[in-house]
Amino acid sequence: MSTLAVARPAGGGVLALGRHAFALAKRSLIKTIRTPEALIDVTIQPVIFLLLFTYLFGGAIFDGNRGLYLQFLLPGMLAQSLAMGGVALGQNLNADIEKGVFDRFRSLPISRAAPLVGAVMADVVRYLSVCVVMLGFGTIMGFRVQTGFVPALGAVALSIAFGLCFCWISVWVGMLARTSGAVQGIMFLLVLPLTFGSNVYVPTDTLPGFVQGFVAVNPITPLVATIRGLLVEGPVAGPLTTTLIWMAGLLAVFVPLALRAYNKRA
Amino acid sequence: MTEDLVVHAEGLRKRFGKTQALDGVDLSMRRGTVLGVLGPNGAGKTTAVRVLATLLRPDEGRAFVAGVDVLKNPQQVRRLVGLTGQYASVDEDLTGVQNLVLIGRLLDLSGRDARRRADELLNWFDLSEAAQRPAKTYSGGMRRRLDLAASLVGRPEVIFLDEPTTGLDPAKREDMWGVVRTQVASGASVLLTTQYLEEADALADEIVVVDHGRVIAHDTPDGLKRRVGGQTLRVRPSDAARLPDVLRVLDLVAAAGTSASIDEAAGSRPGAASVPVTSDEVLDKLIPALRAERIEVTELALHLPSLDEVFHALTGRTKAEELV
Repeated sequence: MSTLAVARPAGGGVLALGRHAFALAKRSLIKTIRTPEALIDVTIQPVIFLLLFTYLFGGAIFDGNRGLYLQFLLPGMLAQSLAMGGVALGQNLNADIEKGVFDRFRSLPISRAAPLVGAVMADVVRYLSVCVVMLGFGTIMGFRVQTGFVPALGAVALSIAFGLCFCWISVWVGMLARTSGAVQGIMFLLVLPLTFGSNVYVPTDTLPGFVQGFVAVNPITPLVATIRGLLVEGPVAGPLTTTLIWMAGLLAVFVPLALRAYNKRA
Repeated sequence: MTEDLVVHAEGLRKRFGKTQALDGVDLSMRRGTVLGVLGPNGAGKTTAVRVLATLLRPDEGRAFVAGVDVLKNPQQVRRLVGLTGQYASVDEDLTGVQNLVLIGRLLDLSGRDARRRADELLNWFDLSEAAQRPAKTYSGGMRRRLDLAASLVGRPEVIFLDEPTTGLDPAKREDMWGVVRTQVASGASVLLTTQYLEEADALADEIVVVDHGRVIAHDTPDGLKRRVGGQTLRVRPSDAARLPDVLRVLDLVAAAGTSASIDEAAGSRPGAASVPVTSDEVLDKLIPALRAERIEVTELALHLPSLDEVFHALTGRTKAEELV
């Protein structure tokens, strides 16, 4: 054996967490590259939804004006695909724990949060994929950004940031559920009402009163409104503030819950 | 607590629902030695290892690794130990080298040092050729070796191996034993769990026998073998009709006061005879005697007592009886 010394800087805390999470994020990315079919939910699936709703329902919803409907729909579908894109993260983490891979990480002198933070960091790639695919394919279908390059970039950045906050719910469920299949079941029970019961598909004023109440308090609603404002038209400042508050709230609640559940899980 | 105890545990208790996995376990291991923890499935071996490796908090009791309190300073303990679990916890989608580099990076090695350490270990574990392949393409034995390599990246002082050879064929088992011996020769202390007395005998300086979450014996391999009755010599003639002659020969060569018998234990293949022996010197007398009688054999072997026989000797009951 060589005399290679194991360097172990004493510096812990946030810096070490960042370094370790980064190494673990790289691990997740390698896994993603090895199994490209795991990206279907952030590539092909959003496209299918976009085609389905534009050409199947668009005519009925917007009096036959599909082009106009696509302008309305795409920002909303972007938000929905982001929310759905986080589901796989909880499933993967659940499977990793079942396989015992996390036992190795637990036996190392790293922060307990590092494996979870690393996995979330790697999800940036998936959310970026949603944005690129949606805007790219949307453009082919006839969608046109009405604002400009900078607001569009802002919409992408906000989308990814929201995805990173929202996915902590999935991480938490991933720690609690017994199987990865159960993670998917539970998450869709949450994501479907949130995304359909919002302003994604139809203007809110066409809805009955009690549904409007739900839409008003739904975190997806201000996100969609902000993205619409940044890509097409409409106010930005108001819904953006509400969205940022929601994002902070999601982090404040679900990060501690996820970490606690992770520590408890033997 | 004395200085040279590298692992020391007192009164460990852990309950999972209705199962008392650990029911007051005391363990101690001297620095630079191998401690074998011997027991059947469900005896609490894995739970004990998980407690010592900081993966699990016990309900009661204290434990120290290299003098560091496992419960109070788990992070410090994690710098000192390497763990190889019962199920190879390698990442199947990563290649061999990626698995080891990741561990190195998590142990704060620089990228270059992590890579160098990975190459060194892969070479040492005979995995260099498979280094660039995803671990899911590895055989069971290769996976075990990679998993063990992963636990050695940080040059741990104390290595925990939970059933390192279960499911491996005999040749691979010997390889694994060689790895353990090398680690001890280079200064590490190894605590390994096993279901085989043979394995504990081959590797361990001391053996702890656990059953139902309790330690029922702690002895040297020789001391334990004396208590459970040493080895058995078994001879199987090619012609079953010669079995009475085999019995006669065995009685002749074996020590006075022991007598050979035809194997009738449940599960054993019929047509063989056995006699308890105290040393392998008996073989020197046996082989010429068999030749003189012109008895051809298909099996001639010295066996250590099985785990079942160990338990029978220590507790007066067999595991099979317990199930009834």
